[in-house]
Amino acid sequence: MNMLKNMDKTTRSHLITYAMVIVAYLVMQGLGSIGALSSSMAGQLVPITTYICLAISLNLVVGISGELSLGHAGFMSVGAFTSVVAVSMMQGAVGSPVARFFLGCLVACAAAACAGFLVGVPVMRLQGDYLAIVTLAFGEIIKNLLNNLWLGLDSNGLHVSMSNAAALGLGEGGKILINGPQGASGIERISSFTLGFILVIFTLFVVFNLVNSRSGRAIMAVRDNRIAAESVGISTTKYRLMAFVVSAGLAGMAGALYAMNFNSIVPSKFDFNNSINILVFVVLGGMGNIRGGIISATLLTVLPEKLRFLGNFRMLIYAVVLILVMLVSNNRQINNAFDMLKEKLLKRRGDDDDDAPTQAAEGGAA
Amino acid sequence: MGFLTNLINGISLGSVYAIIALGYTMVYGIAKMLNFAHGDVIMVGGYICFCCMQYLGLPPIVGILLAVVGCTCLGVVIERLAYKPLREAPSLAVLITAIGMSYFLQNSALLIWKSDPKVFPSVVSLPNITLFGGQLVVSPISIVTVLACVVVMVCLTLFTQRTKMGKAMRACSEDKAAAQLMGIDVNATISMVFAIGSGLAAIAGVLLCSAYPVLMPTTGSMPGIKAFTAAVFGGIGSIPGAALGGILLGVIEIFARAYIGTQLADAIVFAVLIVVLLVRPAGLLGKEMHEKV
Repeated sequence: MNMLKNMDKTTRSHLITYAMVIVAYLVMQGLGSIGALSSSMAGQLVPITTYICLAISLNLVVGISGELSLGHAGFMSVGAFTSVVAVSMMQGAVGSPVARFFLGCLVACAAAACAGFLVGVPVMRLQGDYLAIVTLAFGEIIKNLLNNLWLGLDSNGLHVSMSNAAALGLGEGGKILINGPQGASGIERISSFTLGFILVIFTLFVVFNLVNSRSGRAIMAVRDNRIAAESVGISTTKYRLMAFVVSAGLAGMAGALYAMNFNSIVPSKFDFNNSINILVFVVLGGMGNIRGGIISATLLTVLPEKLRFLGNFRMLIYAVVLILVMLVSNNRQINNAFDMLKEKLLKRRGDDDDDAPTQAAEGGAA
Repeated sequence: MGFLTNLINGISLGSVYAIIALGYTMVYGIAKMLNFAHGDVIMVGGYICFCCMQYLGLPPIVGILLAVVGCTCLGVVIERLAYKPLREAPSLAVLITAIGMSYFLQNSALLIWKSDPKVFPSVVSLPNITLFGGQLVVSPISIVTVLACVVVMVCLTLFTQRTKMGKAMRACSEDKAAAQLMGIDVNATISMVFAIGSGLAAIAGVLLCSAYPVLMPTTGSMPGIKAFTAAVFGGIGSIPGAALGGILLGVIEIFARAYIGTQLADAIVFAVLIVVLLVRPAGLLGKEMHEKV
């Protein structure tokens, strides 16, 4: 306990986040092993871990680097489709499905990071809402290109076409991996909750270490005051790009996890609405607040499922909840009341105990 | 002749985008927010007009007027309930609220009008115009759309430049605090902008549905995104920019569809946007803001 007290605030906050994820994993595993999970809940576990990864990685761009990105689902789809292709190609060469999964994730991560770099170089010339619209445009372009991509595999190797499946000219025993707007089908379902959990921990590890490093401080300095950061010799483009590329790579990995949980995926699943959903997780959890993002990603993935009994009213209620949360959390009177309550509680505990919210939470918007 | 037909179709589609983009750009100029629910106001306008014509049997012009009135009220109510309490909030919170509003409108429409696509009866019942001995066929709705766009543009320019309210709008978009000190009612001005933008959205909705007669709860979202792109393309906050951006975007889209492929048209539209923004980061007619240190 003493050690925990002597630790600096950020490390303690990070450890709490890790602990929270691990406990949640153990509880869910425990519930699963005694059969207390409903089948719909069990089916939700992998998507939840996917969205947690996506929320953490988008937080790096939106919260830590302070840029609005509206195309995160695009990077997710790059990762998803590359991993599907990579895993199919490795089917003969690599025996163990777990090894295939991780290799698939690695390839997906690399591909999405490359896409992130290609997008990032021009995007980082822009700022604010212009940057947002260009990320939106890139997301749509990626979706459109995937809608027009046919990819097949036969004994001669990979065949690519931009017009139709027949143009692939597949040989005997060839298999279509990506079938234009129909997407990829017959995917090997090798994702599991445990693998998802490992990816969440890995994503957390990468983001926390980046934020805590010299580069991370540079990224936040650029966010807080670009001109001041530039004047002390920080290359703004380099650090903004770094956050963007790392975030894209992590999103690609999450995409791989997502894709390998389903029999088939279609490019239109990774559209603008999906990007917005991920952004909602980040904003509701509090920008820059990783732990908040994890919680809101979990709740908001479960909530629409839990509301399924409402039928068509489901999304209506989701929308109303979204608007109300935004209105309430930005209401000055309510926030003031909260602050006063917090102050009173702190005073009772004694002034030396600084249990005030961590730095990350203070940067939160919601 | 194919070229000319495509050009006319492009300008007509672009005019619709331009009318929608005007709403986006005016709201952005004054409230500094991206109103993602704008696209769904288009859809509501389309449905109101559809109901008036189909179920109540009213003449098209009454349907259009009712759609404009309905959307104007809707826009003002949305602003009052959802955006006004967030005037001081960070811009992302407002953005998420706008997205929530967009979901709300789409799903309300889904409940009221169901998800099956409705076939929209054209508001213009004139025969096609045939030129050059049948080689060039122009649909009357294209001409009406382009005319509507020109009229809207002229009226808006006169309104913002010549009237007191227009002056107040320009003042608010320049500096809200200073405008307030000069005795301008900032809240009323912002409401006015939402009213005008939403009224325009209704007109755009009717024109869009007449040209592409399928009406669904999601009809507005893609044109909304495209119009938003058009507004940025022309320089967001600038009224002539929105018109220019909208028309260029429409022409590019139709030509890409005709000469490159239907599937890739959207990708090309967005790619052109990116190239333009890289060359002119503030859009075609946008003001470049120089930072003062």
